[in-house]
Amino acid sequence: MNVYPLLIEVLQVLILLSAAPAFVGWVRVLKCWSQGRSSAGVFQPYRDLAKLFSKDVVLAENASWIFRFTPYLVFGAAVLAGGIIPILSTDLPLAATADVIVLVALFAIARFFTALAGMDIGTAFGGMGSSREMTIASLAEPAMLMAIFTMSLASRSTSLSQMAQAVLSGQPVLRPSIAFALLAFVLIALAETGRIPVDNPATHLELTMIHEAMILEYSGRHLALIEWASMMKLFLFAALGIAAFAPWGISTTDAFLPVLAAFIFMTLKLGVAGVVLVLIETGLAKMRLFRLTEFLGSAFLLATLGMLSYFILE
Amino acid sequence: MNLSVAANINSFLAALVLLTAFGMLVQRRMYGLIHLFAWQGLFLSVSTAIVGFVAGKHHLYISSLLTLSLKVVLLPYILHVLIHRLRIQKEVETVVNVPLTMLIGIGLVIFSYHLTAPVRELSTLVTRSTLAVALATVMIGLLMMITRRHAVTQIIGFLAMENGLFFAATSATYGMPLVVELGVALDILIAAFIFGIFFFHIHTTFDSLDVEKMARLKESD
Amino acid sequence: MALLTLLGIPLFAAIILAFVGDRRYAPEINIAGSAATFAAGMGLAFEVYLHGPTLAGNKFFFVDAFNVYLAVLTSFVSMTTSVFSRRYMRREREHGRVGSIRMRFYHAMFQVFIFAMLLCLLTNNVGVLWIAMELATLSTVLLVSLYRTPTAIEAAWKYFILCGVGIAQALFGTVLLYFAAEKVLGEGGEALLWTNLSLVSDRLEPTVLSLAFVFLMVGYGTKVGLVPLHNWLPDAHSEGPTPISAVLSGLLLNVALYALVRCKVLVDGATRTHHAGDIMMGFGLLSIVVAAFSLLRQKDIKRMFSYSSIEHMGIATFAFGLGGPIATFGGLLHMLVHSLAKSAIFFTVGHASQMHRTQDMEKIKGLIRGNPLVGWGLMFGVMAIAGMPPFGVFTSEFLILTATIKDAPLLTPFLLLGLVVAFAALFRRVQPMVSGEVPENQKPMTVAHLPVLLHMALVLFIGLYMPEFLNQWFHTAVELLK
Repeated sequence: MNVYPLLIEVLQVLILLSAAPAFVGWVRVLKCWSQGRSSAGVFQPYRDLAKLFSKDVVLAENASWIFRFTPYLVFGAAVLAGGIIPILSTDLPLAATADVIVLVALFAIARFFTALAGMDIGTAFGGMGSSREMTIASLAEPAMLMAIFTMSLASRSTSLSQMAQAVLSGQPVLRPSIAFALLAFVLIALAETGRIPVDNPATHLELTMIHEAMILEYSGRHLALIEWASMMKLFLFAALGIAAFAPWGISTTDAFLPVLAAFIFMTLKLGVAGVVLVLIETGLAKMRLFRLTEFLGSAFLLATLGMLSYFILE
Repeated sequence: MNLSVAANINSFLAALVLLTAFGMLVQRRMYGLIHLFAWQGLFLSVSTAIVGFVAGKHHLYISSLLTLSLKVVLLPYILHVLIHRLRIQKEVETVVNVPLTMLIGIGLVIFSYHLTAPVRELSTLVTRSTLAVALATVMIGLLMMITRRHAVTQIIGFLAMENGLFFAATSATYGMPLVVELGVALDILIAAFIFGIFFFHIHTTFDSLDVEKMARLKESD
Repeated sequence: MALLTLLGIPLFAAIILAFVGDRRYAPEINIAGSAATFAAGMGLAFEVYLHGPTLAGNKFFFVDAFNVYLAVLTSFVSMTTSVFSRRYMRREREHGRVGSIRMRFYHAMFQVFIFAMLLCLLTNNVGVLWIAMELATLSTVLLVSLYRTPTAIEAAWKYFILCGVGIAQALFGTVLLYFAAEKVLGEGGEALLWTNLSLVSDRLEPTVLSLAFVFLMVGYGTKVGLVPLHNWLPDAHSEGPTPISAVLSGLLLNVALYALVRCKVLVDGATRTHHAGDIMMGFGLLSIVVAAFSLLRQKDIKRMFSYSSIEHMGIATFAFGLGGPIATFGGLLHMLVHSLAKSAIFFTVGHASQMHRTQDMEKIKGLIRGNPLVGWGLMFGVMAIAGMPPFGVFTSEFLILTATIKDAPLLTPFLLLGLVVAFAALFRRVQPMVSGEVPENQKPMTVAHLPVLLHMALVLFIGLYMPEFLNQWFHTAVELLK
């Protein structure tokens, strides 16, 4: 048995764990620049995490096991997802057993438990955040699956590795279905990772927060794990987008040099992804909650149009 | 430019036409609507020119130019001027139930796909697959005219339908004979003047371009 | 040559009238233009009678037994309408309902409208047919809103939007037709010429043509005013000036039906089934029944008669859908007599509502005592349109009914029901209007005698005796539409 794929798998997870805070830091730095503020640097998220880990956990009296269990689960789901998405190489042992639908399910489990934990304490904010989160999820997940189905129609597989390989080996042509799917994916990714215009990760304003409301009662290492997981989620969505729509540079073998090249490409592409994200976030204003149905509805529409145009136009 | 690349670009433009059609379906602001309409005309015009080039049909260049001047420049300009004159640029239309409208729109796309299946099977042209998109654009224009309540929006829906018809002619048959294309363009121009006059009449009589206010003619019981 | 003259005159008259404007003699020029058109139409008819079908203008125009009688009918009714409109519009002007600019517009557009309809009838190109049909709509839209009342604007907007939507479907149908034709006839304008298409109709792709027919049916059916696409019709007829109602009802609906029937012939040739006919029968029958029951509920006099137009167009559509020599003959005849009778009715209705300054039937009374021509004209007009012998409508309806009993006996009860209900509804309303004492709100006025008398005489004449040339044309047309 070849151990290289396993090594790369481990390497990927390590990169995910270590680079996710840096990616978030990069986005924050860019955002500060675009708004003319001075930034705290790319590495500030590491310092935040370290500080949170060193603090004690304060638990509410009526917190059940769900509340304590959720941070680990969320964190674990994110790490597992990192093993599925081809970040460096398409030759991953885990990717062969788990496809995109599993990936969506992993995110769904994490979200489900976060929502439960939000309600577990019984505070008003937690419940409100959970209900909002589930509303968004119920709209975003069908759209996400639709976009994925469009992609898998085009590559004839639901496995992410094979999708990436199909794009890599195919002719570089303009495919309307993939363009639609990409647009849909961007909208969904904004919703799933809780960015503007759906949610604002920087606010703790009572009326607008969604994700922050659910985790308001967490502290110490629990909070650190959840924060870390949500950083990884952002990283993962960027990586997912790259793997599905712009996999150029990702290695298809286990040789050292292509993997190294893939790492450099990944860094560059993530840098660009951060710029795009900041451009979107500065360009848009946060939407009112009840306009979100329209936002995610258009994501669903785009994904469906992608699928239809695969049949109609290709 | 070889044939498959041209067909590829053409289907991409078709997808953009469809996207603008959906955009118009849910756009609330007047100016946004007009801009979307102009974009649609531009995609159409480029697509027609490409088809004309690939198929060697030179009368399509004339159609393309006609589309460009009429639907990208003139009609949006007229609408702009009218909206400015009537001081309704701030008017934001309430659009009911956007997700439902979108779903109906998707249904219409599927319906068009099935309806045009016999034509697609018989056709040998590179553009045959876009016919379904063309019919879908017509249907979405129709849907827009049904669901929207503003006179300007209804007219834009009408013009979007016309875009779809023009697209259909290009994709099914590489364009109708020139005399027909010119006649249709003339009709549209006349229609543009007529709706321009109408906007003033409706505005002075009803103090608004909301078609909902025109509900006096009903079957009396 | 006569063909091009026929098309040229209204266009020329329109230009002159646009310059003449609201001068005192504008109506007379309008009449002269229409009369010249009618003369040219008679000339053309004579030519066709002697030499048979002809092509003109580089195969761009053609005339055969089917469209020649409609062209003559169009030019004739437009002439009588212009005579009627002279007095009618002068009166409206005195009442201050229209101003000088609008009179200029009215006269010019009236001629453009006639031109558009004649172009529709005489063009050989199916694409140009569509363009002319749209032009006919556009030229009348602003005539419907001539009075600028809120209701008139609403009616005209409805007319504009609904017919625009409908006619767009017909264009899609035409594109599909061209797609099928191109495969057989090659590219270019030749492939849309009706004379070429009818020769090769059996080689056209049947699936595409049946699809095309659905679109053409919806498109042109909207303009015919078939239920459920009829919503614009009662409004446009009731809110516009009466001369326009007369030509809309008497001519435009015919022209749209003409376009539909032309397309049906091609589709039948390709599919060799009764598919298209069935669709037309369905629409026709639905129109008859729905319009008949709607007639019962009307209060506005012009609205009522526009529903009657829907009913009669339904009858003609049904007849053409049924097919077969007798029904088609009946359909052709029905288009002719309905057009004559209905425009005569609108003339009298126009005068009646001017005398009472209202279109509300409750307030119109004592017409026979007040003005015998208007009263008896309306009475006889309604008798004619309801299908009482010896008027021509009776003949055509009788033929259609006979053919129905023979070919589609199960549909006979519905057809009969529609006819009987319409009959009852019309007489229930008209009888109180014509009889009784002259009410206070009735003002005496001079009316245009000639149009009403001429139309009624013709309807009666056709009912009693079918002229030889008409008979021959109809028989040729029946062969053509088989």
